[in-house]
Amino acid sequence: MQPSLSPLVASLLTEPVGVTHYLVVGAILFTAGVACMAVKRNALGVLMGIELVLNGANVNFVAFASPYLQAEGGKSLGLDGQAIALFVILLAAAEAAVALAITLNFYNNHATVDVDRADDLKG
Amino acid sequence: MDPASQLPMLLGLAWLAPLASFLAILFFGPRMGSHGRNAAWVATAAIVTSLVLSLAAFVTWLGVHPVQAAAHGGHAAAHASDHADAAAAEQDDAGAHADAAVHGGHAEVPAHYAGDWYTLYEGGRLRLSIGWYVDALTVLMFVVVTFIATCIHVYASGYMHDELHDVTDHEVHLAGGGHLHRPGRFPRFFQALSLFCFSMLGIVIAGNLAMVFIFWELVGICSWFLIGFYYERTSASTAANKAFIVNRVGDFGMLIGLMALWGALGTLQFADAQVAGPDGSVVTTPGLFSLVRPAAGGHALQVPDGMVTFAAADEVARIAADHAGNPADAASEVASRISDWRAIGLGHWLLVVAGLGIFCGCVGKSAQFPLFVWLPDAMEGPTPVSALVHSATMVAAGVYLVGRFFPVLTPEVLLVIAYAGAITLFIAATIALVANDIKRVLAYSTVSQLGYMMLALGVGGWVAGLFHLVTHAFFKSLLFLCSGSVIHACHTNDMRKMGGLARVMPYTAGTMLVGCLAIIGAGVPFVIGLSGYYSKDSILAQALCFSQANPRHAILFWAVAGGAFLTAFYMFRLWFMTFAGQPRDHHIADHAHESPNVMVTPLVTLAVLAVVAGWTLPGGFGIANLLEQARPAGTAEGFAAAGITIPAEHLSHGEPFHTIATWTAFGTALAGVLLAAAMYVWRSISPAAVAAVFRPLYAFLAGRWYFDELYDALFVKPVLGIASLASGVDRGIIDRIIDGVAWTARQLAGIDAWIDRTLVDGLVNATANATWNAGLELKKLQTGRLRQYVMFIVVGTVALYVLASMLLSSSLAG
Repeated sequence: MQPSLSPLVASLLTEPVGVTHYLVVGAILFTAGVACMAVKRNALGVLMGIELVLNGANVNFVAFASPYLQAEGGKSLGLDGQAIALFVILLAAAEAAVALAITLNFYNNHATVDVDRADDLKG
Repeated sequence: MDPASQLPMLLGLAWLAPLASFLAILFFGPRMGSHGRNAAWVATAAIVTSLVLSLAAFVTWLGVHPVQAAAHGGHAAAHASDHADAAAAEQDDAGAHADAAVHGGHAEVPAHYAGDWYTLYEGGRLRLSIGWYVDALTVLMFVVVTFIATCIHVYASGYMHDELHDVTDHEVHLAGGGHLHRPGRFPRFFQALSLFCFSMLGIVIAGNLAMVFIFWELVGICSWFLIGFYYERTSASTAANKAFIVNRVGDFGMLIGLMALWGALGTLQFADAQVAGPDGSVVTTPGLFSLVRPAAGGHALQVPDGMVTFAAADEVARIAADHAGNPADAASEVASRISDWRAIGLGHWLLVVAGLGIFCGCVGKSAQFPLFVWLPDAMEGPTPVSALVHSATMVAAGVYLVGRFFPVLTPEVLLVIAYAGAITLFIAATIALVANDIKRVLAYSTVSQLGYMMLALGVGGWVAGLFHLVTHAFFKSLLFLCSGSVIHACHTNDMRKMGGLARVMPYTAGTMLVGCLAIIGAGVPFVIGLSGYYSKDSILAQALCFSQANPRHAILFWAVAGGAFLTAFYMFRLWFMTFAGQPRDHHIADHAHESPNVMVTPLVTLAVLAVVAGWTLPGGFGIANLLEQARPAGTAEGFAAAGITIPAEHLSHGEPFHTIATWTAFGTALAGVLLAAAMYVWRSISPAAVAAVFRPLYAFLAGRWYFDELYDALFVKPVLGIASLASGVDRGIIDRIIDGVAWTARQLAGIDAWIDRTLVDGLVNATANATWNAGLELKKLQTGRLRQYVMFIVVGTVALYVLASMLLSSSLAG
């Protein structure tokens, strides 16, 4: 692993900032979000993880859409990437509203926000 | 009013009144008063209506055909001729009716009216109708039947009063040891009685043999109802079945006779009928009487054309083949040959078969040898039924039919009838000598007297036989009602327990004495006598006349004379044992009492008639002269064939027959009475000693000649044997096969069920179980843990990614 990774890492550190760097950032954000969702027992923590996952994806969209980050002769997604990013933000807001409402309701019923306790529908 | 339409109307209504009563009681009987008490009134009212209508018809008849003294010798025919001519003139004045015919054209045809009310069926040559044949005999029989039936209805309304409440039948032993307790059946009795009268009157008025047969069977079924009235008693139900089945045997012969007549002649009508032809014209079709005794031949017996051509069918077919092109020639040649064929005797056997067949039916109904065994058993019915069956209805039907059918009978058939009657009268009289059951003595006496009637008809005594039928109807119904009165008082039928009853039952004893005197023909010779004196004398005279004409058959006269002696003996044995002397059983004698008025009144009425029925009034009015009006054409003169001479009946009224017959009758009757008195009153001869001396004979007679045992061994046992064999085959073989098939099917079905349950159901169940278990396993994935789900997604995604990249790289590499 080390011999195959090290040229990639070395190239990243030597290359000028391009799409690849953004993708790395997006992947780190996504992974962190997923890890957060997987390990947090607090429902609010899980929601935060979701935000990270969504925004990790958003970074990718924006990076692909930017004309400045493209290599010479490359083609970008144009404004479509930004538009999708805006949709995702919007969706995240709506999702947060719904999720928070569910969480609040769950709290009202169970006096906790521990997702491990939310197993009423288990098989 | 025109008698041709009035007589059928009156008699038809008289005939239908009991039917109305039957239907009313059938449908509303149980609702007629408490326990159907009023059913007796309904039935009695109906039969009284019949009686009144019959008397009206009788008076109407006398108005048109006044009864005159029939002079001895050839004058009778001349008188009959006058009557017929007068009737014809009357008919012409009134305007001839298409449905009534009075034959005045020929001297000897008796005055009669015939026609049809209703045609049941008409197709081809077969024509079945409900019609009437009314002559002096019909009118007389209507009066006799309805009168006796009226007396019996009145009597029965008293006799049957036990049936008005619940009855405990002491003769029925239940399995539990108790006696049968059942509701009373008062209306049912009168219902059957009404139907019985209706059926009998139907036979009497019938205008054709088919109708006779219908009502013949109805009488049979009514006797079955009434003899089996106490049907819970085994003896009663057996007796009813016996009467019915024995009658079936005779009716089988009657059917053969009907087939012979219809097959050869194509008609069963008695009289000539006028029916509308195909083109609307009125066609006169000859009836049986004019076919067998055509007016053209002076009413002499001859084989009808139809029977001749039937017997010569081969010849007719040959002639038809010769004249194949011209049927008219063939028909005329056949017609020309008929007299030749008749001369060589073709078709004669057919006429004999017809006569014997019809007589077979009469043998069954009138209880003649060899079918008389049912009648004594018929005593199981209530006593009024016995009286009715034995006098005016069932058994009279047979004699009546022989009388009605007389013109068609050949001398051979008549000889058979005479011998059947002689054997019957002798056997029955001997059995009556030793019987101890009061009703059985009377039953055998009835059989014996019926033998007298048959014998009288067989030897050519047409008037004598039917005269005895009428007088016997009166005194035998009287005797039966008297015996019923005795049984009612003593509650037993056994004469050995009676005796001395004359003191407590004067009316019954007196009327029964009248009946006994009447049946033995008591009278002062040549002066006056009871009804039986006249009828029995005329039978004796005719038998004597026949014996003189046919010396080979002289035994017939000795049978009659011996029968008269036996009759006198057993009748007075009965009377002495019942009423005379000292009571044998004081318990019974002390409890005996005279019957109520409703039962005594019919006794007295019938006793009066038993005395006077035979009298001829100074003007010539009497039953014998009335019957003379109905004498069938051609039978007044006597006839002969096959070596048998049937003497003319009027000869027997002359000397020396009349004198010999009267003295014979008087002597034998007196001897019989004296012997009975010697044995049972004066005790100069001990009956027990006589029985001891003639022990085998006594046992033979007491065993009723072992006829029941003989028939049991000859017919009943073999039939039962065959039946049990058949049922054995049925149970042992056929049922086995069917059971085996069923068992196999059941086993196959078991295998099929096993396959269904194990394989088919197993497959379905296995599928269901697998699905169920898969579901259970998959359920475990749904842990409900959010974080785990996230891990699943991640791992799954990564796994997919790895899988896809591996596939991609390998495909790229490849």
